[in-house]
Amino acid sequence: MSTETLVRQDSAAPPVGRYAYDQVDRDFLRDRIEQFRDQVSRRISGALTEDEFKPLRLMNGLYLQLHAYMLRVAVPYGTLDSRQMRALARIAREFDRGYGHFTTRQNIQFNWIKLEDTPAALEVLAEADMHAIQTSGNCIRNVTSDEFAGAAADELLDPRIHAEILRQWSTLHPEFTFLPRKFKIAISGSPNDRVAARFHDIGLIARPGDDGAPLFEVFVGGGLGRTPIVGVSLRDDLPEEDLIAYLEAILRVYNEYGRRDNIYKARIKILVQALGPDVFRQKVEAEFAAMDRARYRLHPSIVTAIGERFGAPHFEPEDGATAVLAAARAADRTFDGWVRTNTHPHRAPGYISVVVSLKPAGGIPGDATDAQLDLLADLADEFSFGEIRVTHLQNVVLGHVRQDRLQELWRRLDAAGLGTANINFISDIIACPGLDYCALANARSIPISQKLSQRFADITLQREIGELRLNISGCINACGHHHAAHIGILGVDKRGEEAFQITLGGSGEQDASVGQILGPAMTEDDTVDAVSRLVDLYLARREGSERFLDTFRRLGTAAFKDVVYAAA
Amino acid sequence: MPLLENGRAVADRWTYAVEGEPLSEGPVIVPSSRLSEGLGRAGGELGVLLAPDEAAETLRAALAKLSLVAVRFPIFRDGRAFSQARALREHLHFKGEVRAVGHILPDQYEFLMRCGVTTVEVPENADISVWSAALQRFSVAMQPSIASEKATGFGLRRFLDVAG
Repeated sequence: MSTETLVRQDSAAPPVGRYAYDQVDRDFLRDRIEQFRDQVSRRISGALTEDEFKPLRLMNGLYLQLHAYMLRVAVPYGTLDSRQMRALARIAREFDRGYGHFTTRQNIQFNWIKLEDTPAALEVLAEADMHAIQTSGNCIRNVTSDEFAGAAADELLDPRIHAEILRQWSTLHPEFTFLPRKFKIAISGSPNDRVAARFHDIGLIARPGDDGAPLFEVFVGGGLGRTPIVGVSLRDDLPEEDLIAYLEAILRVYNEYGRRDNIYKARIKILVQALGPDVFRQKVEAEFAAMDRARYRLHPSIVTAIGERFGAPHFEPEDGATAVLAAARAADRTFDGWVRTNTHPHRAPGYISVVVSLKPAGGIPGDATDAQLDLLADLADEFSFGEIRVTHLQNVVLGHVRQDRLQELWRRLDAAGLGTANINFISDIIACPGLDYCALANARSIPISQKLSQRFADITLQREIGELRLNISGCINACGHHHAAHIGILGVDKRGEEAFQITLGGSGEQDASVGQILGPAMTEDDTVDAVSRLVDLYLARREGSERFLDTFRRLGTAAFKDVVYAAA
Repeated sequence: MPLLENGRAVADRWTYAVEGEPLSEGPVIVPSSRLSEGLGRAGGELGVLLAPDEAAETLRAALAKLSLVAVRFPIFRDGRAFSQARALREHLHFKGEVRAVGHILPDQYEFLMRCGVTTVEVPENADISVWSAALQRFSVAMQPSIASEKATGFGLRRFLDVAG
């Protein structure tokens, strides 16, 4: 039996890593598409005003951007199967301009959709058990999770079953669909936070308790945007059976007290800060104590039943796979360099997780062509049980790859322009769509991202610099997460010209911090030069194995400010 | 204004208190500022219109004497009334009529009923068939609600039979 046959799953088996829809789920999606079709026709007839239609359209994932409609498709907890990836490729080909764009919330968006094509595109998605529900609007958005969930050696609990439960619970929630503002939930089961739990409206970190039953640490009120705030830990020991009840309690307090007079002050983070974390906690605890907890109890049998709809990978014995990989790395330095940066340790002996970089030198971060999407689907089938994950850093992960087949996978990726060995390096840039697409932006994010990517294209130099997170937002809304970057770049409007402000020292991980503004904004080219000088200073002053972030935290802002502004 | 109950137009026996005038006979809805005046009235059923920023909890003491509580949408995007309605049922165990008034879309009707609302005031020219159809749109819901719908037996799913 060939290895290829071994890793292919029985077609009747549930998809690996994600929940398998049944007929009820499919009927629900059909009903939702019919509802949207009806809303569109009521808009056309005038029964709905544009102001009334807009939130309904947004809750179906359809934005009106600068040049066209944008359709944002949900990828629940960032996990897709190969069949779904092919549906996305088809949408890119038939309804867009041949590409899609992966987002920081593990979704994919299509930037050139025609309004009249939308129901047909939603039909293509529905055939693959996908949708665009609640990817926008003032509701509970797509729940994000760890891109190495169910695979990572450091994971304590696979969070995706609970993520799916939260997806179902929040879908068309009767009480929480017209909130003061959007609401984002992330969940991880690893002590190494890869979901930016402390920068979400609610961040959940799951772990097994002493009896093996899941416990959750609950962070609330974190966020980026105009007012970056690190979330506060509301409680550390939430039992699984109270997960839904406790989240209901938080949302109720938010729905009741969150500001509705100013959209820039309407997120839950503002409420938590205004009340103070202790008063906010008291209100949540009071609601939690008063509510009918039995009604919302998440019985273990529910978790089991939903978990049974997830396919599990069938791992083969190690059988010398580790040694094969070690020998291949020793014989091929280029391959070895890619393995160093673009893989993550797997819990199963002989397996490894692969990060496919969507950040080639000079490319647009997170973009993939229809051919690349189709190829990723094929490679997922051949190498990773048909399972694909989208990362919040706008890359793609194949979670379960046999180590003795890694070199073959790498060759196939490299041949398709997907072999860039830059994960967590300076060119692994997060960038929002910016003024090239977005109606809110002040500046274009993509061109400066491409220039920086070119400036640091030399992979030897990037390896020398080591881990360095560089994020770019085209406006203060911070979709490019610049606050959470070691080097953040914010596009601003300076007297009618595009300009860029640098922030330093942010982190979205367990050492979460908000970057500090370095100084006045600069032109695009000056900003690219400034980043070079910042990196040079780090290389000259770092001690031991310090990352850029560590050196910055040790030296403080002044030294970095000098090299940028003294030289000007 | 037409009044809907379970997707059908029904007669409205309630009137609203007129500002600056004494309360009329018969079933009357007062703003919470006139609650004690209403409770002091000799006869007739009493209802209260809760403002969006008023907690349902403020009605706890009076609730046994109320036949109706109205919750108001200043604009359809302001979803506080959903929580007020749910709190009236869940925390205060109110058994009377919960009425939704203000700017409401048919697309919100099912949500309202699942939050414990019994009647909805709709605009004079509303197409009632659109509102009725909105209750037939989905046959299942994905989460428990105050309406205590029957569980389907899988996950958190509930059978929706709100149209009756």
